[in-house]
Amino acid sequence: MFHWLEQRPFFFAVMLFATIAFAGIIEIIPDFAKASQPTVGTKPHTVLELAGRQVYIKDSCNACHSQLIRPFKSETDRYGMYSLSGEYAYDRPFLWGSKRTGPDLHRVGNYRTTEWHENHMLAPAEVVPGSIMPKYPHMFTNTADIATAYANANTQKSVFGVPYDKDGMTKLGSWEEAKAQALEDAKKVAADMKNQSVKDAVANGQVPEIVALIAYLNSLK
Amino acid sequence: MQSNAQLEYDYSVVKLFTFTTILFGIIGMLVGVILAFQLAFPELSNLAGEYGTFSRLRPIHTNGVAFGFTLSGIFATWYYVGQRVLKMSLKESKFLMTVAKLHFWLYFITILLAVVTLTLGITTSKEYAELEWPLDLLIVVWWVLWGVSMFGMIGMRRERTIYVSVWYYMSSFLAVAMLFLFNNMEVPTMFWANGAPSSAMHSISMYAGTNDALVQWWYGHNAVAFVFTTPIIAMIYYFLPKESGQNVFSYKLSVLAFWGLMFVYLWAGGHHLLYSTVPDWMQTMGSTMSVVLILPSWGSAINMLLTMKGEWGQLQTSPLIKFMIMASTFYMLSTIEGPIQAIKSVNAIAHFTDWIPGHVHDGTLGWVGFMVMAALFHMAPRIFKRELYSKKLMETQFWLQTVGIVLYFTSMWIAGITQGMMWRAYDEYGSLLYSFIDTVTVLHPYYTLRGIGGLFYLIGFLMFAYNIFRTATSGRVLDKEPANASPMAS
Repeated sequence: MFHWLEQRPFFFAVMLFATIAFAGIIEIIPDFAKASQPTVGTKPHTVLELAGRQVYIKDSCNACHSQLIRPFKSETDRYGMYSLSGEYAYDRPFLWGSKRTGPDLHRVGNYRTTEWHENHMLAPAEVVPGSIMPKYPHMFTNTADIATAYANANTQKSVFGVPYDKDGMTKLGSWEEAKAQALEDAKKVAADMKNQSVKDAVANGQVPEIVALIAYLNSLK
Repeated sequence: MQSNAQLEYDYSVVKLFTFTTILFGIIGMLVGVILAFQLAFPELSNLAGEYGTFSRLRPIHTNGVAFGFTLSGIFATWYYVGQRVLKMSLKESKFLMTVAKLHFWLYFITILLAVVTLTLGITTSKEYAELEWPLDLLIVVWWVLWGVSMFGMIGMRRERTIYVSVWYYMSSFLAVAMLFLFNNMEVPTMFWANGAPSSAMHSISMYAGTNDALVQWWYGHNAVAFVFTTPIIAMIYYFLPKESGQNVFSYKLSVLAFWGLMFVYLWAGGHHLLYSTVPDWMQTMGSTMSVVLILPSWGSAINMLLTMKGEWGQLQTSPLIKFMIMASTFYMLSTIEGPIQAIKSVNAIAHFTDWIPGHVHDGTLGWVGFMVMAALFHMAPRIFKRELYSKKLMETQFWLQTVGIVLYFTSMWIAGITQGMMWRAYDEYGSLLYSFIDTVTVLHPYYTLRGIGGLFYLIGFLMFAYNIFRTATSGRVLDKEPANASPMAS
């Protein structure tokens, strides 16, 4: 049979593709049939948090930080309750990471504060002596992309039926409403910060990346 | 069987891809060395503002070496090996020649755009699938062009039976097409912006959370399979017998290893997700199939080593044979190490640590890098019709890089296992013994050693680039094509 196939590239390619595709068909399709169910209490991210999530992605925080607590005592002691599938139901893309050059962040909102993040992102080694994390001063001057975050949320709502604007869920509304809400949320974060230029920017209706990022990190619980 | 003399092969596309193999190799590896030293000396992370941090550079390194260096090497060797084993010349078809050239230029533009967008932080965050949707579309175009050229060339062949190398190239084409399409299913958000001035370069994944992770690692693991494994096996099946003048040891073993690899590899992606929230049976399948994967992997490797049976003396005389045998040896090392890491209890310690990049690099530096360079060394006298410039330089490069790889993976083994054990250590009162930062500072010496290992490899690669450049420009001109062993000046 193999000799026969090796002289007929078309059938060879067909056989080959079937062999390669087999595992994917068996493994992936059943899991997709039952879409991942959100855990009770999981809400979609606010626009400000999504903008912060985009900052997290832009600077590839996931290259060094995981968001997946494995069910071991040594991990739950260090990071909190192990991760559940339903907690990720609204995560597009997922941000589990594959390497812990730094610690896991899946529940970082439980044990770090806005003030801690502000100091840490500016000079990690001053907050954690011996830290090898880069400094991220540019997050204090770059402006977060609230418009794209809104488009992101609205795509999730329109295309994937993520329950924005549903009872007890995160409010999205129109672009104007969402923008005003994001600024409102940003003011709350900025109130706990000490950097004057960040405070001024927020007062002027701008959202620096650091504010959005901290809002996102604080939401990880 | 026709003689080669009747056909004049066209190497213009081969030369273009050879050039990009070297160019992207230098860029990708240089960024890699910078990253390695940034972990040892973090102040290096802040020399170029937001564009020079470890996190921003890391995708440039992975994409640069995987899709810049390795893919270029794959395409260069395909257009060389393809013409020869199929007994056809690109000169015979204007259409296929145009397709091949277009394939190259679109590919080249994509990689340049990839460097620019990743530097700017435009990324989807999914590993090895970081490029945003417009670039993904561009990739689909030239991937299809590669397929057209491949099946076009196969259609024109004079050799009835298709050779093992072609099976493997074909598998890369088909599998990557499938994996890439499914993993990069993404929705550009600009179409649902509802009036907000959003970015055109942003998209979100079609899958959420655990499902996204599952598709990502089905892709991520098998991108390794079909970019770093199968096309490299395609190369060794052609270049080792050619260079050594030996027949492949066993046809049966080739068949068994090929179909075995094709069936088993795709299952193994689950080993990236052990103890995660994907269903348990998939994790178990991932573990089990990873162990089974030893058989077809070692099948190919042993087939290659036994091809040298009775001819081991060539190792002493030819640095080119040395590169290929060392590549095959590293392939065996890395394909036994992977399954070990995929065992659940080992993975509990190894996952998230530096043992993983250690494993990746004994595969990529030792197996992929050595084999691609060996292929280019073998092709150079034939495409430039000149003798290889310097055998001595090849020898020096071989040893420098081998030492570099050994430094790299040994330091990462120690670093990974040390860190994995420290994360789970408890004191006698039942409290965690180490804070996280303790498990970072302890790695400094290993990170430094790894950087030095990487630097050795990079210097070796620059020697390689210089050697090929001098071969092309000032090697002694050959009047006829060498049959087997590549001629090289001392």
